[in-house]
Amino acid sequence: MSTLTGTPPRTGPTLSTVVANPRPLRLVRHSLALAKRSLIKTWRTPEALIDVTLQPALFLVIFVYVFGGAVAGSTHDYLQYLLPGILAQTIATGCIAIGVNLNTDIAKGIFDRFRSLPVPRSAPLLGAVLGDVVRYVIVTVSTLAIGYLLGFRIEAGPLRALAGCLLAVLFALCLSWLPVYVGMKVRTPGAVQGVMFALIMPLSFASNVFVTAGTLPGWMQAVVTVNPLTHLVTAMRGLFLGTPVGDHVWWTLLWCAGFVVVFMPLALRAYRRRV
Amino acid sequence: MVSADRRTLHGMTAELMIEAEGLVKSFGRTRALQGVDLAVPRGTVLGVLGPNGAGKTTAVRILSTLLTPDAGTARINGLDVVRQAERVRQSIGLTGQYASVDEDLTGQQNLELFGTLLELGRVGARRRAVELLDWFDLTDAAHRPAKTYSGGMRRRLDLAASLVGSPDVIFLDEPTTGLDPAKREDMWDVVRSLVANGATVLLTTQYLEEADALADAITVIDHGRVIAHDTPDGLKRVVGGQTLEVRPADPAHLAPTAAILSRVGSGAPADEVRKGVLAVPVTDDSALTESVARLATAGIAVTELSLHLPSLDEVFFTLTGRTAADDDTTTRTEAAA
Repeated sequence: MSTLTGTPPRTGPTLSTVVANPRPLRLVRHSLALAKRSLIKTWRTPEALIDVTLQPALFLVIFVYVFGGAVAGSTHDYLQYLLPGILAQTIATGCIAIGVNLNTDIAKGIFDRFRSLPVPRSAPLLGAVLGDVVRYVIVTVSTLAIGYLLGFRIEAGPLRALAGCLLAVLFALCLSWLPVYVGMKVRTPGAVQGVMFALIMPLSFASNVFVTAGTLPGWMQAVVTVNPLTHLVTAMRGLFLGTPVGDHVWWTLLWCAGFVVVFMPLALRAYRRRV
Repeated sequence: MVSADRRTLHGMTAELMIEAEGLVKSFGRTRALQGVDLAVPRGTVLGVLGPNGAGKTTAVRILSTLLTPDAGTARINGLDVVRQAERVRQSIGLTGQYASVDEDLTGQQNLELFGTLLELGRVGARRRAVELLDWFDLTDAAHRPAKTYSGGMRRRLDLAASLVGSPDVIFLDEPTTGLDPAKREDMWDVVRSLVANGATVLLTTQYLEEADALADAITVIDHGRVIAHDTPDGLKRVVGGQTLEVRPADPAHLAPTAAILSRVGSGAPADEVRKGVLAVPVTDDSALTESVARLATAGIAVTELSLHLPSLDEVFFTLTGRTAADDDTTTRTEAAA
């Protein structure tokens, strides 16, 4: 402990030089530094990935072998149909975690430290969202791998399939701003989970994730048709299976833009107001 | 660029690094601050003393730009904490129950992250982290997640985190609450060496002893108002200074011991404060050696002999005529009566 009585180390630029030259692209660099923090946390707590790896596996096995015959006539045909849907559903439920995590983080006080530093206000949230890319890549890869073991086969070219995976990850990143917003507004992590589940559950079932819309009553068909997950799932089916994608990729991208345009500013405002 | 105000304080010209005037802040119906003034000259330590809920943390949060005041102004190194918040953040370090580190990251990763955010660059941030971990004796724990640290190590890492940018102004919000006495002394040494190297420190505490050990001036706040501001010596004169406590080994010696203590004390006769323990107010430390000598001459063995500063409760009782924590109870009792 004798070291503590010595001279405090004071090297590196002093704060006044920092003031003098704020380097460019501060927001980008700070967001990336904070994304790295999220990555380290993911790496350190791999059990946090259970929701996004085990859940799709269970859903695939149960739905394919319980409903496959009844819904699609054969389990293999249903697997081909279901896998892109399960991937989309996992992404939608998987992004709930970011809202819960940020809500927990803010209660712990690390965010107060960030706010006392000369860091752009939006960097901590941007960093958290960017850091989650890895989670979504893991979701995509693990869901495809489990599908492969069960007999799922990509029927389109590798570039098309890759485009399908990228679309899924992009969708996840953009949709994340909704749980981030809820995470800023709601008081406890449990409440974030509750609110998000109430939003995501209907979204994932009132879609073409599990069945085609053809047998549904008219009003439900209308809901399914506008549901962003329907567009994502149809686009991914086309990209994985080589069937026509129509304008569903564009609709998906439009929804992605919509999520960011609406929920990112709301989330940032809620973050600033949260004491 | 901005020249800080120059004021005359204790008869000398001093540049104020921290100054607050008339800070007011309410949370719903709770009036956390009701017009608080604070002033800390460059290179000095201000101790802000007060019980839980007095408004200490709210004041620190306003000064460190985390909260905006409802009314009043505050400046750090001449910069307004509301209008020039971004620049204020470049010259402050904050350590408290709330401004903490990331528990999943290692000590090294935490400090590197803050270094990167403070624009030290990748190499600079790493070097600064190593340096601070070394100074705080955390090198061995550098690559362990912070959640595995002991209480004392955690406090040191928290403090290290607030020093990454070599700040000129450091806020320490109850830095030693919950630490054992030895760890507390270590913290005090850290604060002293920071000040010796030119930092200006605002420290909140619930212990007069801590404020006395570190601060050049003490501001006592209660219910969001400043109720006293003085030097530690001045405050101690007001609240009655120190108490000498003695426990004679043989209870039969209580009476002669009391006689001796009454003579070395500052006037008041010695009192039996707990069973077998005598206490007497004293004016300075020499009373301790004097009583030891006199007790030895009289052949009285003692099992306990100690010098105490008044507790926060006693300070508050002297300053306000009531105890610090229990005014709610008092009100209720009065209402019931």
